[in-house]
Amino acid sequence: MVSETQNTPDPNAASVPAPAVEAASLTAHAPDAPHGDGHESHGPLHHHFDDMEQQRESNTLGMWLFLGTEAMMFGGLFLAYSLYRWMYPWAFHEGSSHLNITLGTINTFVLLFSSLTMALAVRCAGIKDRKWLVRFLILTWILGAAFLIVKGFEWTADYHEGLVPGMNWFYYNEHPAALPRLAEHGISQQNVMMYFVVYFCMTGLHAAHMIVGLALVGWFTFLAAKGRFGGGNDQPVEILGLYWHLIDIIWIFLFPLLYLIAGFHPGGGGH
Amino acid sequence: MRTDAIEQPPPPGKPDVTSVAYEIPREHYLNRDYGWKSWLFTLDHKRIAILYLFSITFMFFLGGMAATLIRLNLITPNSHLLRPQTYNKMFSAHGIIMVFFFLIPSIPAVFGNFLVPMMLGAKDLAFPKLNLLSWYLYMLGSLIGIGAVTFGGVDTGWTFYAPLSTQYAYGNVAITIVGAFLAGFSSILTGLNFIVTIHKMRAPGLTWFRLPLFIWSMYATSIIQVLGTPVLAITLLALFAERVFHLGIFDPKMGGDPILMQHLFWFYSHPAVYIMVLPSMAVVSEVIACFSRRPVFGYRFVAFSSLAIAVIGFLVWGHHMFSTTQSPYASMIFSFLSFLVAIPSGIKVFNWTATLYKGSIRLTTPMLYCLGFIGLFAVGGLTGMHLAAVASDIHLTDTYFIVAHFHYIMVGGATMGYMAAMHFWWPKITGRMYNESLGRAAAILLFVGFNLTFFPQFIAGYEGMPRRYATYAPEYQFLNIMSSAGASILAVAFLLPFIYLIWSLKRGPIAGPNPWRATGLEWQTASPPPWYNFDVVPIVTQGPYAYSPEADELADAQADMTRAQVEYELTRREIEGHHQKEDSTRGV
Amino acid sequence: MTQSTINDHLDNPPGDPEHSTHHIVPVGTYLMVFAGLMVLLVMTLVAASFDLGEANLIIAVTIAVLKALLVILYFMHLRWSTKLTQVFAGAALVWLLILFVLTLADFFSRSWIHMPA
Repeated sequence: MVSETQNTPDPNAASVPAPAVEAASLTAHAPDAPHGDGHESHGPLHHHFDDMEQQRESNTLGMWLFLGTEAMMFGGLFLAYSLYRWMYPWAFHEGSSHLNITLGTINTFVLLFSSLTMALAVRCAGIKDRKWLVRFLILTWILGAAFLIVKGFEWTADYHEGLVPGMNWFYYNEHPAALPRLAEHGISQQNVMMYFVVYFCMTGLHAAHMIVGLALVGWFTFLAAKGRFGGGNDQPVEILGLYWHLIDIIWIFLFPLLYLIAGFHPGGGGH
Repeated sequence: MRTDAIEQPPPPGKPDVTSVAYEIPREHYLNRDYGWKSWLFTLDHKRIAILYLFSITFMFFLGGMAATLIRLNLITPNSHLLRPQTYNKMFSAHGIIMVFFFLIPSIPAVFGNFLVPMMLGAKDLAFPKLNLLSWYLYMLGSLIGIGAVTFGGVDTGWTFYAPLSTQYAYGNVAITIVGAFLAGFSSILTGLNFIVTIHKMRAPGLTWFRLPLFIWSMYATSIIQVLGTPVLAITLLALFAERVFHLGIFDPKMGGDPILMQHLFWFYSHPAVYIMVLPSMAVVSEVIACFSRRPVFGYRFVAFSSLAIAVIGFLVWGHHMFSTTQSPYASMIFSFLSFLVAIPSGIKVFNWTATLYKGSIRLTTPMLYCLGFIGLFAVGGLTGMHLAAVASDIHLTDTYFIVAHFHYIMVGGATMGYMAAMHFWWPKITGRMYNESLGRAAAILLFVGFNLTFFPQFIAGYEGMPRRYATYAPEYQFLNIMSSAGASILAVAFLLPFIYLIWSLKRGPIAGPNPWRATGLEWQTASPPPWYNFDVVPIVTQGPYAYSPEADELADAQADMTRAQVEYELTRREIEGHHQKEDSTRGV
Repeated sequence: MTQSTINDHLDNPPGDPEHSTHHIVPVGTYLMVFAGLMVLLVMTLVAASFDLGEANLIIAVTIAVLKALLVILYFMHLRWSTKLTQVFAGAALVWLLILFVLTLADFFSRSWIHMPA
């Protein structure tokens, strides 16, 4: 029955398409917009969500999905690594022996520690402890920067030694004595070059993600200092933490796979 | 149906029966705000969908121009029109533009963005800002991409196989790769948005099995987008690294394996074809139900088959590599799985057909496109079976058989689904109806032109004509001429809707909220919808396709009653008007 | 706004309406997880100092997986997340496996039959 009292779309009208009258009632009774269309500063609840719980869960879910995409992306490189290590084990053994395990271990420690500080920062955001939130974020940033600095040293050393494929590859020209050892195992320096291609691609992509992470942590430190994450708005920090931890996890795998192929011999090995 | 618009606004407070029939609502998402800023900085999923619509249409016509040049060139066997190098750039441009900048976004970016929140009874997607970012990434990527293929060009084909792309190809490979990379991230973010929205923002009472099948298919598509596209991203990055930094992960000189590149590439690009076709299947489910006036047969089967296609689709990529040094054992596994993936597609086709059976069929334009979809997709899918068998694929691969196969799916399937969606939801998006006769004519023309273009290619490929060659042996010329003639009809069939749809924006009859009498929450709100979608959050208490003859009769009776009431009201006012005039002339 | 510092063992804040997914982890838990990570790091190095052939790789990856699990479950709160989140995290892993298994199946099985070089 067409009636004026039908202001709301009848849910059961899914079977009977609403007659035209209700269209008019829909437009004539538009609710006030909750706030302007621009999404300037509002409380933590965004208007398209019903409540904080829904927003929180949605954000978490969305971030985990994004982390999944990152995992798939790095996965391609891990696949290349796996394949080539299987095909040329001695090339990888030889290439890995050129890496500085001490620096690699330091970096692993630094990154694991930064994960701790990041987790603590997230916790502080949750309990609304602004002072320590900022401190832990700064600490995380410093550790991340330290990682990149150490990485920079490593790469510079590789460059000077002539171990960068495509850019500066002359190590075996300067160390021809090493070549027979390669030939013994049926590989050439080209295969060792492949190890370094994989090494630079993987650590390079990882470093790129670290740089983005550092930029975000820096920005969030600034925002946290201004009190942006008080008042129940701790979730952005949590989301940032998820990203940071993923970068850490990737390194957790990179370290043994790239650095420890030739074994860890504290007395003599490494550089 | 009354189709004239009545100009006076209704009196405030009370819905006026006389001014009701089919007028454009006073405020809706299009006229809420004017100015370029309100569009370029919008967070409204509907406006973002429109932004995509413009860009995607533009990309489609660009890709179509490349196709035109290809077909013109292939009229003669000796590549009289284009130099072979240019021809290579043409088919590469056509593939890159059509795959990355048209087909992958098409339905999800336009109709997914517009409809997913509405079908769920939500106000917007879960992450509106991410949605806008998706569009900007798409714009940046596609502009870079088309810039690269236009100025300088790329001749590797859209597949970018190494080491051709990394070491030997001239042209703008690296730049094109950047474009595809950015567009890929747009795709990832869109998929991410849809998944979270579908999980978290359904209206009360909207359980999973009350969802329209459109949502199920978009969900399956989004899974593929999120899990598959990152592997394309890393493949493109690796190609870029080799091209620009000479870090050759696929370089054979260092012991690298170009087949690894193909594995990584096709791990994405095969599921990508399901990104392209699943949304069209989504549309077909909705349209077939509406224009048979029946619920979709075997709802759960269709829903789960979408998921099955998405999952199994990730397991079959090696069938693109049967003629490489891929191990025969791996080929056997991939072959078996490729046969398997046809099953859920077949289930869908059977279920749609069963939906049609004893339905009250209305051959509207969207319905014609969808019926065309079913037939052409079936042909494309069945020819896929020829290709899933390793033995026949060895002979058919890299011939025009493949070209015909995937065009049957991509054009006969995916694009026809896109056109069906365009026509089905045009009234919802714009508030206007297009000219139905022109629509039907265009649909039939498309079907005819399409078959004339691509069926000869099956024959040519079967007889050995290789693909991606600018020249061909003279015995294939007749088939090629037929194909090019068909392409000219195709061009008209695509131009026609472009013209009459735009025409309808100003001159089309006003559609009203539900001109098709479809079910679905999006039809329970005005056309065009208000920016907040729904006055009140809908509460869903029943399944999605409650079509029935009884419901139609009831709707007819209600429409009659409305018409009768309107007539009564108008007559009553007329009589009142007479009496008032008489009173005044009597000088009372 | 600020309460006591890192010695605060406040678990779920009382009156917090969204405590189901808003879980405050005690500092002690984090410190224990970190200690575990350090132990595993040392174990990585110790294991690498022995030459066990193929087993070296398996041990190294296993330890790395354990480290990753600690980070994922505790630092990333997956232990206290909704089932749906856990499923999504698992799905990424499954898809990685698909990529690895099927691709490496190709390469590993090439030697089973003589392939023209």
